[in-house]
Amino acid sequence: MGKWTRRAFISAGVLTSGVVVFGIAIRPGNRADRVKDLIASDDESVFNVWLKISPDNTVTAIVPHADMGQGVHTTLAMMLAEELDADWDQVAVLEAPAHKEYANYALAKGYAVGDVEFPSWLVDTVDGFFLTVMKAMNMQITGGSTSIPTTGQAGMRVAGAATRAMLLEAAAKAWNVPVEELTAAKSRISHAGSGRSGAYAEFAPAAAELSLPVNPVLKNPDQFTILGTDVLRNDVPTKVDGTAQFGIDARLPGMKYATVKASPVFGATVKSFDANAIRGMPGVRRVADLGDAVAVVADGYWQAKQALDSLPIEFTETEHDAVEQSDIFRQFEADMDAATANGDEITDMAVGDAAAALAEADSVVEAEYRVPYLSHAPMEPMNCTAWLHDGICELWTGTQNPLGFAAEVANVLEMDIKNVRLHNGYLGGGFGRRAFPDYTIQAARIASEVNFPVQLIWSREEDMRHDHYRQASISRFKAALDSTGKPTAWINQYVEKHDPKEAPYIPYGIGNQYIHYAESATHVPWGFWRSVDHSLHAFFTESFIDELAFTAGQDAWRYRHDLLNHSPRFQKVLDTAAELSGWDTALPENFGRGIAIHQSFGSIVAQVVEVEISEGRAIPRRAFCAVDAGYAMHPDGMRAQMESGIIYGLTAALYSDISIRRGAVAQSNFHDYPMLRMDESPEIETAIIDSGEKIGGAGEPGTPAIAPALVNAIFNATGKRIRELPVRLHDLTDEDIESRDIV
Amino acid sequence: MIILTINGKTYQLDVDPGTPLLWVIREQLGLTGTKFGCGIAQCGACTVHLDGTPIRSCVTPAQVADGKFIRTIEGIATPEGTLHAVQQAWIDEQVPQCGYCQSGQVMAAVALLESNATPSDADIDAAMSGNVCRCGTYPRIRRGIKRAAAALGNDDSGETVNG
Ligand code: FES
Ligand code: FES
Repeated sequence: MGKWTRRAFISAGVLTSGVVVFGIAIRPGNRADRVKDLIASDDESVFNVWLKISPDNTVTAIVPHADMGQGVHTTLAMMLAEELDADWDQVAVLEAPAHKEYANYALAKGYAVGDVEFPSWLVDTVDGFFLTVMKAMNMQITGGSTSIPTTGQAGMRVAGAATRAMLLEAAAKAWNVPVEELTAAKSRISHAGSGRSGAYAEFAPAAAELSLPVNPVLKNPDQFTILGTDVLRNDVPTKVDGTAQFGIDARLPGMKYATVKASPVFGATVKSFDANAIRGMPGVRRVADLGDAVAVVADGYWQAKQALDSLPIEFTETEHDAVEQSDIFRQFEADMDAATANGDEITDMAVGDAAAALAEADSVVEAEYRVPYLSHAPMEPMNCTAWLHDGICELWTGTQNPLGFAAEVANVLEMDIKNVRLHNGYLGGGFGRRAFPDYTIQAARIASEVNFPVQLIWSREEDMRHDHYRQASISRFKAALDSTGKPTAWINQYVEKHDPKEAPYIPYGIGNQYIHYAESATHVPWGFWRSVDHSLHAFFTESFIDELAFTAGQDAWRYRHDLLNHSPRFQKVLDTAAELSGWDTALPENFGRGIAIHQSFGSIVAQVVEVEISEGRAIPRRAFCAVDAGYAMHPDGMRAQMESGIIYGLTAALYSDISIRRGAVAQSNFHDYPMLRMDESPEIETAIIDSGEKIGGAGEPGTPAIAPALVNAIFNATGKRIRELPVRLHDLTDEDIESRDIV
Repeated sequence: MIILTINGKTYQLDVDPGTPLLWVIREQLGLTGTKFGCGIAQCGACTVHLDGTPIRSCVTPAQVADGKFIRTIEGIATPEGTLHAVQQAWIDEQVPQCGYCQSGQVMAAVALLESNATPSDADIDAAMSGNVCRCGTYPRIRRGIKRAAAALGNDDSGETVNG
């Protein structure tokens, strides 16, 4: 966020309906020139948070983030309501709309797709009257984990506190009393001296006239009455009765359905297809050539799918047609070796002199790990409904990046972005996948060939084979141990770096460290996957530190604890998880226990897994989790995100493997890309530590540490060290368990 | 012509009898609570009840349901809108995250409790393992089922309900 000077100020006004709207702006410092063009009025501010107060005293928080199930709408509304001293029972939430009156394509593109390392905000109208904000585009990188630390802390809380101050000032004027004598609670203002009391709505119009910049004071956590409590999430009722509207639930008059088949090998294009082969099949309306894919439009999805399956399509040849997964790993190894041989290792971090420390070590430990490509596989397959009419393009979909999607569609259709209107529904899972607009562009292109609305639905097979994948990678380690078993040097080389930079860093006090990587591009498209690079590096580093503990003959928990003496915060998280798990208690036969700790997106998470080895399979029976995200705004939401992150991470660690065969993804659906299910889902216990440190994320930090905790538990149970995921590739039968004695 | 009775309402439909019930429900009848997840009976998102039995509507041809009674997520609450005990338990336990799988989860749980008033953990595993939740709400689903079982008054059989 370095390039932004954050300066909050406020603007407000009364709508014809009597609703008062307050906007809190974040002013984009040295980018003001670019932003100015976005705005039609002479007020060049870009608003990122809005709230409305209605005559019936309802407060509506207008939230610029999509809710993918992480409960962000509720948490952000809580943050606003807390500082506003609003009555929680009269708080509503609205997701900011994604069409803009004042943006143009070039700017939208720059904000949405270009400078993704910091939040970008764009403008729009609320109730057709005021400028409002758009989306936090940096969700492309970090998904739900940034909404609370950025929008919540810098936006919602400031908005709430500023609006409260203005309401108090308006009341003081109305009653002609000093503002210091007023108190606010539950959306009402009271004056003890005169016994007067009034609803916020009474003062809102006058408060809106007070357009002075304010410097709001935020509460301390000990003053919170809404934050830190387990309010019920506002999206849950519609998700138990079938009424929640996901992208795939859009229904429009005269709408038809489409499905696509893209070239199996990434980068190939459509060479030819024989549309005659499916002419006359029931319901078929049109066959569209999308360049790298063919779409069939029909009266129903099933008819479109049947027809597409019968359509002979030939794709062009590419240089990647023969690539196998083993070739990719061989390429990684060769590029890593070459980087070392040629001296063009790219340094991530270097402290001390790791090579020298290694040379004089009592013992040296080496290991190499690898992880496969991963697909996101959200439950709702990619889909988008598009309708071109009256010079506009309307889109209905679920996206983590509405404005970026609209900008991409405007570009492809060569339309002005103000004529692209995107309606964002609930997302049936995002995990990073719904930051990529490919499916939306396809839908818009198909719709541009017909004169009715079209709902494009990808089959699960298409979803699996045309994802943007978490990278496969190899990571190599060397560590030096002194005579007490303490590490004195840590050298780590890996391949394929993405985001964030610190993902491979370790928290441990090791004086000599050298962490570096090699680049090794492949033709497999990459995408943000839950926790991004943390998802692989936590597995690498926390497996290797476990190996060091074992080599040193020390307990896995205490070894880590001692290496964290310089960081009481880390130690507390680690110890909390260990103690919660009953670390020193005996386990039944064929059980093992493993621990891991990792920091990501500002939150520290330690996890312990208890695994049972049964008929050669590893089944995680219990998981214990300690999380320090600074302060848990919504503790039950935090627990839910930890549970979710754990199960998502366990699924990947145990089962998930996207492998390349003849240039294409070999897997296709849940039978060959299996999911963790109820019968293998562990009991999960989460302890929340409110350290008061800077607010961290929740949606992603639950995932990274669980894979190493699992493999460390498997090692504890069997003596078998798993250095390549997923676990199901490995034989864990009894014979191997016996080998424990000779390890 | 196929005759389907869905949530108490009877429809005469002119559809290809081989079309999976899922698409008839979602597209012809506009009942979008039932979801598409995999299309090959691997995820349970499309679970509906056919004469009281949970089925995967994505692989069930419409003709199989001809003349039968179908219940979908839209038909679980009472006509007056009182939620089913499973739905209420889902709210109380704050089960859903993205929510996409939850229609199928609720339908599977309702069917379980209709056939087994006091399911054990093993019964829950057996009945619910066909339903994938990518958001990992399984621990809460388990608690929700136990809570719903208790609410339905099914805990007076002498067996204890855990959790
Ligand atoms: S959609 Fe029917 S089981 Fe997955
Ligand atoms: S709640 Fe998202 S898939 Fe189950």
